[in-house]
Amino acid sequence: MQVRSGRTIELLLLLLAVGIVALAYANVNLAAVDRLPEDAWWHVAGFGGLALVLHLVLRWRARYADPLMLPIATLLNGLGLVMIHRIDLVSAPGGTTNVADRQLLWTGLSVVIAAVVLILVRDHRVLRRYTYIAMAAAFVLLLLPMVPGLGVEEYGARLWIRLGPFSFQPGEVAKIGLAIFFAGYLVSTRDALSLVGRRILGLQLPRGRDLGPILVAWLLSMLILVLQRDLGASLLYFGLFVAMLYVATERTSWIVIGLSLFVGGALLAWQLFTHVQSRVMLWLDPFAAGQSDQVAKGLMGLAHGGIFGTGLGEGYPYLTYFANSDYIIGSFGEELGLVGLFAILLLYALLAERGLRTAIGAREGFGKLLAVGLSFTLALQIFVIVGGITRVIPLTGLTTPFLSAGGSSLLANWIIVALLLRISDHARRPVSERRQNESRQNESRQNESRQARTAEQEVPQ
Amino acid sequence: MNTPIRRLAVVIFAMFTALLMASTWIQFVQADDLRERADNRRTLMDTYSRDRGAILVNGTAVARSEPTNDELRWLRVYDTPSRYAHITGYYSFIYGAGAGLERTTNSLLAGTDDSLFYQRLADVITGRPATGTNLELTIDPAVQQAAVDALGDRRGAAVALDPSTGAILAMVSRPAYDPNALSSHNLAAVEQAYAELADDPERPLINRAIGGDLYPPGSVFKLVTAAAALESEDYEPDTELVGPLTYTLPGTSTELPNFQGAACDPEGRPTLAVSIQVSCNTSFAWLAGELGADALREQAEDFGFGQTLETPLPVTPSSYPAELDEPQLALTGIGQHDVRVTPLQVAMMAAGIANDGVVMTPYLIETLRGADLEVVDQTSPRTLSRAVSQSTAQELTEMMTMVVQRGSGQLAQVPGVEVAGKTGTAEFGSQGGAHAWFTGFAPADDPQIAVAVIVESASDNWVGETGGVVAAPVARAMLQAGVDR
Repeated sequence: MQVRSGRTIELLLLLLAVGIVALAYANVNLAAVDRLPEDAWWHVAGFGGLALVLHLVLRWRARYADPLMLPIATLLNGLGLVMIHRIDLVSAPGGTTNVADRQLLWTGLSVVIAAVVLILVRDHRVLRRYTYIAMAAAFVLLLLPMVPGLGVEEYGARLWIRLGPFSFQPGEVAKIGLAIFFAGYLVSTRDALSLVGRRILGLQLPRGRDLGPILVAWLLSMLILVLQRDLGASLLYFGLFVAMLYVATERTSWIVIGLSLFVGGALLAWQLFTHVQSRVMLWLDPFAAGQSDQVAKGLMGLAHGGIFGTGLGEGYPYLTYFANSDYIIGSFGEELGLVGLFAILLLYALLAERGLRTAIGAREGFGKLLAVGLSFTLALQIFVIVGGITRVIPLTGLTTPFLSAGGSSLLANWIIVALLLRISDHARRPVSERRQNESRQNESRQNESRQARTAEQEVPQ
Repeated sequence: MNTPIRRLAVVIFAMFTALLMASTWIQFVQADDLRERADNRRTLMDTYSRDRGAILVNGTAVARSEPTNDELRWLRVYDTPSRYAHITGYYSFIYGAGAGLERTTNSLLAGTDDSLFYQRLADVITGRPATGTNLELTIDPAVQQAAVDALGDRRGAAVALDPSTGAILAMVSRPAYDPNALSSHNLAAVEQAYAELADDPERPLINRAIGGDLYPPGSVFKLVTAAAALESEDYEPDTELVGPLTYTLPGTSTELPNFQGAACDPEGRPTLAVSIQVSCNTSFAWLAGELGADALREQAEDFGFGQTLETPLPVTPSSYPAELDEPQLALTGIGQHDVRVTPLQVAMMAAGIANDGVVMTPYLIETLRGADLEVVDQTSPRTLSRAVSQSTAQELTEMMTMVVQRGSGQLAQVPGVEVAGKTGTAEFGSQGGAHAWFTGFAPADDPQIAVAVIVESASDNWVGETGGVVAAPVARAMLQAGVDR
């Protein structure tokens, strides 16, 4: 039977995405400065070329990868570039568009690294070998900003490192390492975690020594909260861990324990830290006097956009702080309106859904857990930052995947998409071709073949 | 592991649903409330970056919007700032559409008025950018200019009306201010300019012609008393009144003298006409007592007292007191005690007499014009009230021409034109200070213009100037410009 690879559909969708971005780019310039930038063609061609390179790599190395992920990521990345450029135009009318240029450079670097990941990692199961190295790397990355002379504190949080002119947020990349570690660790220990333990009040409680990892993850999150004053990241890492633990063990008790621990930690943090308290106050009454008016300004921006938005380049998104980074969703909500916000959120939902579909399709536990972990962080990150802007939860500073200005975030999310593409290629590949592939690769993978086979046997076909 | 993945998908679905609901709540349900918040800079900037309609006098813009390159895309410019400041008001990013027409006709100038719905619809369809409506005023630039020049540096106000229509030909209030200082995009300078204006003891921001603290009318109110007498049909212009050298207020021992102690007539029995001509206090105080408070009040209201007028600039209603005892009643007959008027109301009295007894509703906007200056709407003159009969108006006119010919208002004479007028010197406070008044119209037989002028007392105890000396020349300049137009 002929299986569709989906590459042609991907190419068409990719052209559509680049076309939309080009139109939006032209629109912003015409609205704001009445003319197109001189090098507009080069920008669009360069951006489209990058997407095309990745498409060709997929044709070459991952023929059966999910056909929607690349176009969605391309469209979001491109729209982000347009909005960052739009904010640039206001910051320096008629002058240079610094942030957008840098973002375009980072886009190129990220796409190249994603391509390298796809080329080097021919089978995601290789990553399982690096379970503990991934953990160590994640820890080092997380702690880097604490190193004196390297880490810098901005806006009250210690999340960045600076080397010469480059600043980087290692936490963004650390979450990938954590996801790999959790997936590898949980695949090995899931039986012990899910089957052993006592039942109390209908909950399967784990043994004390199995409780260890969740306590470690909790402590880690709290440490980040205390040392780096980053509510969003701590919520993100902990959510990632609890979700993966739940999927691995299929025990609801882990969620109950996890949520109780988090609520306990959050209450403690609220008691201890004034910045947590002020965030909560800001959430309950964004218009109260004597506090930051960031949330209030964001809300007024969204309201100004209304249902259909002011039109790209016609609003005042720059009146809100961080209009091109943390608050970029607010900027889109103002200029594209409720309709545009819905479209962007649906793109994200679709991306997360394709990730979960990949997880369901994956034929072994490690791939399943890794795909779940990566898709869930993506969704959770959207929820935390957009929820903060729309007052579903207190505001925490997080980047919006693919949209926000910031190289580390862009790089991390392109790597996430590359890994999801890799897993989906594996999951969607027809059985016949998979066998051929396996035998071809067996020689180079002698060391891990035993592990891989055990993993595959776990999968209900 | 697929079951928990599916459940996790439901959780993610719920999270996204929460985001969609929250953004719908903000951008749809709450949007209007958020937009109308006073601290919403976006709404403000939106208003200030639209091409606002101009305010035109005789086809020339006295307030217009000029495109700029800064964040607020239009700058409001006033080309003859101090001459029209109180009519236009100012349009300030910090202080809003402040005072004047900028404030009262904001929705027209901004182009958001409900009455412009179909025009806006047409703009949307034809793709034209929404623009505000232009206002063409009734102001006659020559009369306005004459009033400004004649008032000079004096505090006061002057109003001119077209008696037959109610069109306001001039409206001047002194001291003035420069609205450009408040509409500037240099916001720090605007704040400083506003603070200086607000703290100025001369209170330049107040339009003295129609608002602020009202003035005592003094002797110009004698026109009302005389009108009430003639309307009662118990009196004729040559009816002799009781007008001694001093008049003892009923029930008191207070002696009311004539101005500068002068006799009204040798026998103390001046006629009504002579009483007007020489502005006799004692005879009018006596006459008020004879007529009664109700007759005076009704007559005053027939001239427009107590009415809330919108020209469309809001006019503070002039008032005749509600409760009076006999000595107070006598004082109201000469425009003292608690009688309070705006200069516009005084001009309406003169205009009513000039217009055969019919008072027209005063108005400031002649036409509304669209972006290409085509007329969208035109004001049609409306009758406010019939103040006096035609014959009473005729008799009052004759008396008033005598005031200018040989009475207290001779400085209002215009060569070759018969002017009707009435002077006033209105005491205020307890220090003996007095404001100078003049009201009148010309030509007496075919009135083209009616005016009212008040020149404020230089200080609280300054009585050196009478209406006939300082207010009449201002009126003369305005009447001259008005009959020549």
